[in-house]
Amino acid sequence: MLSDIALYGAIETGLIYGLVAFGIYISFRVLDFPDLTVDGSFPLGAAVAAMLIIAGWNPWLATGAAILAGMAAGAVTAILNVKLNILNLLASILTMIALYSVNLRIMGRPNVALLTEETVLTPWYDLPLAYHQVPVLLFVLVVLVSLVLLWRFMKSETGLAMRATGANARMARAQGIATGGMIILGVALSNGLVGLAGALFAQSQGAADVTMGVGVIVIGLASLIGGEAVITPNTVIKALIACVVGAIVYRLAIAFALNAEFLGLQSQDLNLITAVLVTLAIVLPGVRTSIAARFTRNKA
Amino acid sequence: MARNTLRTLIGATLLAAAGLAQADEQKTVAITQIVEHPALDAVYQGVRDELAEEGYKDGENLRIMHESAQGNAAIASQIARKFVGESPDVIVAIATPSAQTMAAAARNTPVIFSAVTDPVGAKLVQSLEKPGANITGVTDMLPIERHIDLLERLVPDAKTIGTVYNPGEANAVALVELLEERLEARGLTLAKAAATKTSEVLGAARSLVGKADAIYLTTDNTVISAAEAVVSVGERAKIPVFAADTATVSRGAVAALGFDYYDHGRQTGGMVVKVLNGANPGEMPVESVDTLNLFVNPEAAERMGITLSEDVLNDAQEIVKSGQ
Repeated sequence: MLSDIALYGAIETGLIYGLVAFGIYISFRVLDFPDLTVDGSFPLGAAVAAMLIIAGWNPWLATGAAILAGMAAGAVTAILNVKLNILNLLASILTMIALYSVNLRIMGRPNVALLTEETVLTPWYDLPLAYHQVPVLLFVLVVLVSLVLLWRFMKSETGLAMRATGANARMARAQGIATGGMIILGVALSNGLVGLAGALFAQSQGAADVTMGVGVIVIGLASLIGGEAVITPNTVIKALIACVVGAIVYRLAIAFALNAEFLGLQSQDLNLITAVLVTLAIVLPGVRTSIAARFTRNKA
Repeated sequence: MARNTLRTLIGATLLAAAGLAQADEQKTVAITQIVEHPALDAVYQGVRDELAEEGYKDGENLRIMHESAQGNAAIASQIARKFVGESPDVIVAIATPSAQTMAAAARNTPVIFSAVTDPVGAKLVQSLEKPGANITGVTDMLPIERHIDLLERLVPDAKTIGTVYNPGEANAVALVELLEERLEARGLTLAKAAATKTSEVLGAARSLVGKADAIYLTTDNTVISAAEAVVSVGERAKIPVFAADTATVSRGAVAALGFDYYDHGRQTGGMVVKVLNGANPGEMPVESVDTLNLFVNPEAAERMGITLSEDVLNDAQEIVKSGQ
């Protein structure tokens, strides 16, 4: 069975990836913009936060700078798409590979250790909580604040304009919405959230590493789709909650897989399990609707 | 679950208080590695074999848990939490990212790292002599000076040494910086070519043609995965290729004064045994590579335009052929 520490560890990582899933929700769902920049903006956030913390910055300010760096990366992708007419997927791949070099430049080396530095977590360890519970508490707060802010943003006039841009760009333009600006803002916001996730992950893991962005997009998508399979995302708030739930469920599934000696599963099977879970999550709702559709047709 | 932990704690305290070192009691060793890789797998095997030889047999008086994060940082983190949650007697962390993740998660459990090039830079230990906390281990920092000695002995005319490395690999960058410094101290220059993935190694090696008089490869995981590409360039352009690890010699490099990652694992296993027998990791100095073997490949030397002298062949612990 899962130990306490493994359970809290899964929730902690799930909360961080919940922020990634928020970002992917904005790009993939709200804007319909398949954005792979996140594989680069996650370590970018980690790198910026790590270097500033080492330079003696307050860890929260460093984390804020990581958000801005992520937003800049997202803006680059969106500008390549909007202003230079490069296909969105390709634009994001270009930014992603460019960020690999940028991240190495920022850190000056591939791995920056934070093990002995003061991080956003340090003051919280004075609370009368177990060592493994502290990050969960802090990250729950961060995720809640982000969720409320995002929800309110999506209901604001700008947020509605952004959603209209993703739903039907031509109609949105006809309504006088500057769709290009909305795409730039949305993709920047999305990558800002991913930068935040990267910054928090580096601080809880004790190091920023240039390779830590590998597969972030796949895990984020898996969380998003998994969450949508659990909670029908018919309103913004439900969609955002689904992101967090999906990310935590995904991490719990991995924690159980790591403990599933009795099933003969090992960690090297995780990539396959991920692929199967994502496929099921995509296919199952479709099967449900097609069965429902068949019944309604029979009735008619 | 909390009650279990408490029970274990009370049990451990009672045992310690009674001063009982029960040999027949089952101990647990948890081993985490960042990715499946021939060198890292060899370390794992070495640890296992050393433990068995010292009387700790998996499935009998020892339980070994082993997980690989497949290169994924988030999974490495979850493996770390899983291991800490099961409070084993010793945790072995193979390679820098796994060791750092483990260090962040484990407060009290003893951790022995392995295949970490720069443990101080990675903030795993305060100093090599006195690690301080619950962590110590074995560093795989190469004996660069002795490698340069070998280069000077085999290619005395070489002025510029070329190397291919992955700027994204922490260990590799540390080694290349050290190499550059030490070469310059001897009046030699280093020509660097970067390859961020295995598919770029061939192009990077070609860029050294005309610049480098000899090529020396460190234990860069990316480059070693594609060592054949560098060898093929060396054969065509008649630039002798040297390696830091002996396995690459049978893949076509001229020579290497190296250590085996299996021996590295054995050495790591030795430290694990000490901790199992009650030593405190904070007081055990970080160990470095102890056995070095000269491997030479005369056929490869010929193809790259140099001849190995009789006394070099006599000094070699192993004379290999390509593909052996």
